[in-house]
Amino acid sequence: MAAQTAPPATSQAPPPRSGTAAPRRGGRRTARRARSAIGAHPWAAACFLLPALVVLGALVVYPISWTAVRSLFGADGFTHFVGLGNYTSVFHDPQTLTALRNNALWVVVAPSVATGLGLIFAVLTERVRWGTAFKLVVFMPMAISMLAAGIIFRLVYDQDPGKGVANAVVVGVHDTFAKASAYPGAKPRIGGGLAPSGGGYVTTATIAPGTTAAALPLVGIPPATLSGARQAAVPSHCPTGAVCGTVWLDFTPGGGGTPGRIDPGERALAGVQVQAVRGGHTVATATSGRDGTFVLPAGTLGTGPVQLKLPAANFTAQFQGVTWLGPTLVTWSIIGAYVWMWTGFAMVLIAAGLAGVPRELLEAARMDGANEWQVFRRITVPLLAPTLVVVLVTLVINVLKIFDLVYVIAPGSTQQDANVLALQLYLASFGGGNDQGVGSALGVLLLVLVLPAVFFNIRRFRKERTR
Amino acid sequence: MKRTVALAATTCALTLLTTACGGSGANSSSPSGATASNLNLPDLHGQHLEVAAVWTGPEQQNFMKVIKRFDQLTGAQTDFVPTGDNVSTFLGTKIQGGAAPDVAFLPQPGVLAQFAKSGWLKPVNAAVEKQLQGNYSTGWQKLGAYNGTQYGVYFKAADKSTVWYNTKAFSTAGVSTPPTTWSEFLKDAQTISDSGTPPVSVGGADGWTLTDWFENIYLSQAGPAKYDQLTKHQIKWTDPSVGKALTTLGQLFGKPSLLAGGTRGALATEFPASVDQTFADPAKAAMVYEADFVATNITSDTKAKIGTDAKVFPFPAVDGGQAPMVVGGDVAVALKNSKGAQALLTYLASTDAARTEVEQGGFISPNKSLDLSAYPDETERSLAKSLTAAGDNFRFDMSDQAPAAFGGTKGQGEWKDLQDFLANPSDVAGAQRKLEADAAAAFANAG
Repeated sequence: MAAQTAPPATSQAPPPRSGTAAPRRGGRRTARRARSAIGAHPWAAACFLLPALVVLGALVVYPISWTAVRSLFGADGFTHFVGLGNYTSVFHDPQTLTALRNNALWVVVAPSVATGLGLIFAVLTERVRWGTAFKLVVFMPMAISMLAAGIIFRLVYDQDPGKGVANAVVVGVHDTFAKASAYPGAKPRIGGGLAPSGGGYVTTATIAPGTTAAALPLVGIPPATLSGARQAAVPSHCPTGAVCGTVWLDFTPGGGGTPGRIDPGERALAGVQVQAVRGGHTVATATSGRDGTFVLPAGTLGTGPVQLKLPAANFTAQFQGVTWLGPTLVTWSIIGAYVWMWTGFAMVLIAAGLAGVPRELLEAARMDGANEWQVFRRITVPLLAPTLVVVLVTLVINVLKIFDLVYVIAPGSTQQDANVLALQLYLASFGGGNDQGVGSALGVLLLVLVLPAVFFNIRRFRKERTR
Repeated sequence: MKRTVALAATTCALTLLTTACGGSGANSSSPSGATASNLNLPDLHGQHLEVAAVWTGPEQQNFMKVIKRFDQLTGAQTDFVPTGDNVSTFLGTKIQGGAAPDVAFLPQPGVLAQFAKSGWLKPVNAAVEKQLQGNYSTGWQKLGAYNGTQYGVYFKAADKSTVWYNTKAFSTAGVSTPPTTWSEFLKDAQTISDSGTPPVSVGGADGWTLTDWFENIYLSQAGPAKYDQLTKHQIKWTDPSVGKALTTLGQLFGKPSLLAGGTRGALATEFPASVDQTFADPAKAAMVYEADFVATNITSDTKAKIGTDAKVFPFPAVDGGQAPMVVGGDVAVALKNSKGAQALLTYLASTDAARTEVEQGGFISPNKSLDLSAYPDETERSLAKSLTAAGDNFRFDMSDQAPAAFGGTKGQGEWKDLQDFLANPSDVAGAQRKLEADAAAAFANAG
């Protein structure tokens, strides 16, 4: 785990002095001699190694073996031996399986995106005058603790566009292209003669042209939004053969009033689209005026009874933005927060690697007529490959044990959808479950998953030293 | 209900409510000589006592007045030790380290049982018993007992059956009297929705608010006997009574037009925001259900005045049952066999101590001998009145008595299952199955 914080050795690592304590190619030679190359007796070497061994033993070996042993016992301590029972239950637990799946997603997406962005930023900032300032800004999130970053992104992803910047942007862009309707949330009173139909409402009864004025009462509009509206009125004059009526807010402030009747104090709803429907076809359309009245003219209406429809466009609710922390998006959103934090780390290391790329190779390629993309693709990236791999593997190790961001950002209702192994470990051991047997089993599982990446990194370091 | 949130909130809110009435209370209103002699408190000059509780800030300062009065009466010197949020861990470490405080306040009956089982608690003596019998109803006495032995004194109560409403939204909608039954509640909610204000604010992002909703409906609908059985998991969550309660809750949760922000909004709203949006201007909701500590949030986060802009009505009765009375509270127990500890418990069980604390506001006492006029304002008085009026028909918060994995963990157990139910209220049977599976696992683990 220490590999994550230690700056990975790049190709600039100092070449090791030949024949240090670690015997490799010279193994046979060292074996024959009683003393090492620096001339120390084995017991002296052991003396010097002892403090390190004690510390390593106490802080690394002992906890790991204790965890491994603990994972073979039940919830109540070392009294109840369950063998591999904890491991079986771990793999049958849907929560752990979700965690494994999410971990896989994390490992695939987060390091590659962070490294990719880091590479782009590093290459681009190398050429820019204010490159250092830019790098500083990108690197800054690294100075923030995971916990604080989690709290920041909890706010960024807030559902309310007034609080969460992510939804503020999404809603802002959306509303630029699609305007909200005049009366979002308006609805007919239950049993008020209007039935829902395709997002809008349609009268249950039919109306014959030239008969009584139609009443289309709606409710559910905050009175404050209608402060300038007029008193609703019954149409004063209706041409022969036409269908007339009123659309109004059928709610007297302070209560009272008769449902379905225009009472004093009830406001008109202006600008509502009203359609006449016969046999599924819209035969006439009108818009309510300032006193709420509308006239569907006789000309297009034809004869025979019609139903009146208030289409959905009148009531389209305001766009609520994206549910960033809902079950489907929550893991992706948290990965976004992680990338925000760690791109700076990748960028700085890659920029350091970039500084070591010989300029003359790039110049030579340009002289040979390669364009910038070809230089980047064929010269820079291959030369940077060792650095890129180190950054990637370091991030993989880091991501495998991701905990804080998920724990802080995911709300309770979707915590299980965002679950990762380290979080499940915590929840099983301390967060209510209080089964440290299962928790230890998860810890061992996590260790096993991290090991290949650690070995890979160690092998790389060694290879570089032998070069 | 999650204890730490509730406690922290209660402390601040109550203090804020009652700053005006603090001050001189203890000295002016209680004839100390008479009370002290009635209590027969021993002379404790030169003795040091420690009392541990979760309270901080103004709550702690208010309680310090009670301690001060105890010190005056007995001559003891009592120190307050704040426990931090995790009371049982804090006290467990202290006790095992041999440095237990004399008296501690425990937030849940489960912790009392656990401590009593470990032999950490000392039974109360005759003097405490006498105060308890005189001042407490049997129900409150029993809550402080384990296996028939009396260990604790419930000093503080929380009323978790209160619906807080925005008076302006109610009057705009023409709802003049708050509902007393569930059907009236739904009818009024519909009227308020028609008036243009979303009627009910639900803090569904915090699972514990949903457990409190369920508990109130279940207690009123299924009755106290079933409530007790379900609390102990003697009946399963797949029991028809649970299905009936969830269906009833679904009459509200299943209508997005009755919830502030719809279903999605309710699931994304945390408890503090659920209070804030109800008393914001313009109001985004007309009422919000939670315990008496809502007052704290109203006072500290909104401009609304309790008693004029914000009022409270008891949780409505469901299906002809009695109106529910779900409570929380803090119980004082003795961790040491000292004369001082018993004397402090005796004093805490007395009306004098209850009055001293209550007068400063933000505090409700289960002491039935306390005259309601001691409460500093009308809202608190009404809360205290409904608490004492419930007699022994109140029940302690169910989720607080369940193993933490079921009733007290974010994203797990009952919290999560009820959030899933809020997201999909038509699937009552599925919710019951999940609740039962989680409850069975948690109760089995807890042994």
